Amino acid sequence: MNVKADISSLVTEIDYGTPESKAEKTVTLTVDGRSITVPEGTSIMRASMEAGVEIPKLCATDMLDSFGSCRVCLVEIEGRNGTPASCTTPVGEGMVVHTTSDRLDAIRKGVMELYVSDHPTGFGEKAGTGASEFDHVAKMVGLSENRYGVEGRNHVKPEDGVAPGHGSLTIDYMVRDDSNPYFSYDPAQCIVCSRCVRACEDVQGTFALTIEGRGFESRMVASMNEAFVESECVSCGACVQACPTDALREKAVLEKGMPERSVVTTCAYCGVGCNFKAEVKGDEVVRMMPYKAGKANHGHSCVKGRFAYGYATHKDRILSPMVREKITDPWREVTWEEALAHAAGEFRRIQYQYGRASIGGITSSRCTDEETYLVQKLVRQGFGNNNVDTCARVCHSPTGYGLNTTLGTSAGTQDFDSVEEADVMLLIGANPTDAHPVFASRMKKRLREGAKIIVIDPRRIDLVKSPHVKAVHHLPIKPGTNVAILTGLAHVIVTEKLYNETYIRERCDWDAFEDWCEFVSDARYNPEETARICGVDAETIREAARLYATGGNGAIYYGLGVTEHSQGSTAVMGLANLAMATGNLGRNGVGVNPLRGQNNVQGSCDMGSFPHEFPGYRHIAIDSVRQIYEDLWGVTLDKEPGLRINNMLDAATDGSFKGIYIQGEDILQSDPDSKHVAAGLAAMECVVVHDLFLNETARYAHVFLPGSTFLEKDGTFINAERRINLVRKVIEPKARYADWEATQELARALGLDWNYTHPSEIMDEIAATTPTFAGVSFDLLEREGSVQWPCNEKAPLGTPIMHINGIVRGKGNFVRTEYVATEERSGPRFPLLLTTGRILTQYNVGAQTRRTGNSVWHPEDRLEIHPHDAEDRGIHDGQWVRLASRSGETTLRALITDRVAVGVVYTTFHHPDTQANVVTTEATDWATNCPEYKVTAVQVGPSNGPTEWQRDYEDLSKKTRRIKGHLEAAE
Amino acid sequence: MAVQPASTEIATRTASIIQEFKALEGPLLPILHGVQGEFGYVPQEALRVIADELNLSRAEVHGVASFYHDYRKEPGGRHVLKVCQAEACQSMGSDATTARIKQLLGIDFHETAKDGSVTLEPVYCLGLCACSPSAMLDGEVIGRLDNEKIDEIVEAVRS
Repeated sequence: MNVKADISSLVTEIDYGTPESKAEKTVTLTVDGRSITVPEGTSIMRASMEAGVEIPKLCATDMLDSFGSCRVCLVEIEGRNGTPASCTTPVGEGMVVHTTSDRLDAIRKGVMELYVSDHPTGFGEKAGTGASEFDHVAKMVGLSENRYGVEGRNHVKPEDGVAPGHGSLTIDYMVRDDSNPYFSYDPAQCIVCSRCVRACEDVQGTFALTIEGRGFESRMVASMNEAFVESECVSCGACVQACPTDALREKAVLEKGMPERSVVTTCAYCGVGCNFKAEVKGDEVVRMMPYKAGKANHGHSCVKGRFAYGYATHKDRILSPMVREKITDPWREVTWEEALAHAAGEFRRIQYQYGRASIGGITSSRCTDEETYLVQKLVRQGFGNNNVDTCARVCHSPTGYGLNTTLGTSAGTQDFDSVEEADVMLLIGANPTDAHPVFASRMKKRLREGAKIIVIDPRRIDLVKSPHVKAVHHLPIKPGTNVAILTGLAHVIVTEKLYNETYIRERCDWDAFEDWCEFVSDARYNPEETARICGVDAETIREAARLYATGGNGAIYYGLGVTEHSQGSTAVMGLANLAMATGNLGRNGVGVNPLRGQNNVQGSCDMGSFPHEFPGYRHIAIDSVRQIYEDLWGVTLDKEPGLRINNMLDAATDGSFKGIYIQGEDILQSDPDSKHVAAGLAAMECVVVHDLFLNETARYAHVFLPGSTFLEKDGTFINAERRINLVRKVIEPKARYADWEATQELARALGLDWNYTHPSEIMDEIAATTPTFAGVSFDLLEREGSVQWPCNEKAPLGTPIMHINGIVRGKGNFVRTEYVATEERSGPRFPLLLTTGRILTQYNVGAQTRRTGNSVWHPEDRLEIHPHDAEDRGIHDGQWVRLASRSGETTLRALITDRVAVGVVYTTFHHPDTQANVVTTEATDWATNCPEYKVTAVQVGPSNGPTEWQRDYEDLSKKTRRIKGHLEAAE
Repeated sequence: MAVQPASTEIATRTASIIQEFKALEGPLLPILHGVQGEFGYVPQEALRVIADELNLSRAEVHGVASFYHDYRKEPGGRHVLKVCQAEACQSMGSDATTARIKQLLGIDFHETAKDGSVTLEPVYCLGLCACSPSAMLDGEVIGRLDNEKIDEIVEAVRS
């Protein structure tokens, strides 16, 4: 145990000073009379801490390799001369170590005395929190005087009239940098221990910090002595976490003081699922600290999870339920009871009038498993139909379908730690450094250790080239040609006989393999043909295929650039084919790994959010499965699949679908073809939106139920590695109910007898009814921290790696992946291909991150365009441009860059005024209806400002957001 | 004073220097030397080009370049005079010789004469302790500095 946890106190994680040694051989030594056995290679510092003896330290922390610069961790070793640093000295068998003696005390005091002689605390002032490690060590060594005084050259006091510079005659003061919205850098307090620099390099992998100069002039600077916000810094917070002084400190802590209690919980941003300690003062979160025991993040974080939680207390949050008759009426704030009675009454009226199938619900990938489970239960049990869908429809539904068809499970095959043993990474359609930053840091670390990476992406993303990262091969394919390139790679692997026949014969369906071989061997998939379709070099295709097949452990990582296509499911199967053919499954370092976009995409899919599936991906037509729920819920369930999101909208425009309950999803902004969505919503008679903010969809809503943030509830999220992470309530729900309670109240208003008193009871119901979750309980999660499903009798502590002793499906299934060009081919009217993505500091539709300091980095969506395409059209950098497709048009400002290839443009969709999805089309994945966001044929031209649609929309926006008694609309 | 080249020109010339040394193991210092040789100083724009070409961060390149006082941030004078300030030279009277040089040139350490003729810098040991006090003019060492030699140096840099 390395954690002392108490519900009402501050969770403090022990800092062992140096990383854990992974050696198997152990060594026994004595520290201050205590005997301790540790793995070989452990530092004396760490061994001492494990024995319960804390050695003072400043430059050491267990997130980083030892450095040996601060000279306060010295010890004495019997039989050895001198006083070696305990952080850099490894343990030896039978070693006898003393951590205190008169000599050591004197040295440590002397060193600390020198530090304070050039430190603000040396002036008797409290410059920071007074609670830093530096303050702690000063107390520990019993520092009581400063014989050196504070006069002379120093870094603490500015001297008028002398400019800082290099050379011995200049002074050394540097002004404080407050440019980052979340933390400040006060160089006066810096002791140049390099922990921040090393954290930026070793943990985050950005290399944005350095020590400038030498000797007394040494100081930490960002990039080339630039303001933090303008430097290469990505604001992950690793340096702030590492800093032993208050030189780098969170502004919130400086302003509000140190936290009083903390709760370990799970981040609600991307699918990495980082664990954080939410640190609270009073009833306000003052800091999110990455949790070292978190199995997905191991103590690291990104700018979103670490800092961008301010939306939880943003003034735009709606805290009272609201109702209105028509969407043109102003909102009326009402009691929960009235809002719920109104919604329930309307739903029942609509069903009476238009039939049982005329209403439905949408679950959210942002809410907990328990909340998602309740929404689908409400639809199936309460509405009596299967009209339930989820926002995962628009992102990873092809992953579910594709992996289920080939491997037999709708999830990634590995845990994140597996990347530590990968030799060749094949990255396609994902941009981890922006969308999954904490996992990207793990990838970069492995790349620095010598692993290789092949990137298939229309853009030159950071993993193609950035400091200390260089892809061996980058295949900048034309958007929409994923299936062609994957089949092309398979062609090389098959025709050059690079496949793993033993593995295939043992684990896969040999007939299916032979059939697939015949298919991919066809000349129309040879590298030359593939190169022509994809717009890349044929020889690079050959080399990339050979590298993946023969370079050791090959691990595939992919994202929405694979799934959000008309052939999304085909491409996912193409990836599974490659992994099976090369035997890259069922052990560490390999696998097929979807990088999930939202915190609980995996969970919301697992929880039966799709219209044809119960929790655990069991089809609703299976009688035995339906029986389980019918017995438990006491109703007869419909065995016909219900409507998907886009079918619901179609049915609404046709007049047969009239009411919807939408929890935590902004379908108007995030779903494709915004005009179609708007028309569908406008045609409904009761739209119930359950969200934190009056989002875009809420413009068409009749009932608004205020939502709760992840800080306000208990539950679980499931990350991209199938890890079930606990979400713990940090503060009370600001709008009275956590989302699961609100759904329960709605169910009760509809006459259902629901009596859950805690989400753990919902999880118990899930476990009792779902084989893959059979062993899961909140007790288990409390004990283990987290587990990866399947978690049942066969795997009581969960399953980090799947398909170990054979593929779950029985025999791996190879599927033919015929390339069918998307209908969105560029032509003379729309000669460019638009693809969309995410940027580091913003998240999805931006509802959360736009309401935080993160907007400093990304105040608007920009259109990336290649210099040639820009020149052809007379477009300058920063100019307003019109972006038009067959579906519609919008305007935004151009960003000229050669990151995109000629013929490709790229934008993000974080800001509602951009309305990027006005231009995306209705095309969807053939198997799952996942929209084709990633390819739209467009034209781009100079423009003067917003389009008519954008102006109309703004008009409507103002009209539909009035709240009675409030002067202004909420946004 | 030397005219500073435009930044695109710096980028182009830096790029060709990088190509010359890129294949070396640990090419950063040779490249920085090459850049200083080319421009007489290490322009900030050059650092960005080097970082990009070597797949390093700007921070790393800046950290290395700023560590060495020899890499100057601004163009120096036509001549560079370094006067040793280390222990051996001090014991042989470098304080006085340094003061005389400063007085004759009319500049302090880290300064360049107004006419751009010379930049004066301290140096800590030229490995010429046996011939203290010593100095280095444009890369050539001069031992046993005395008034006569100082006058010669001043005359040489002024001409």
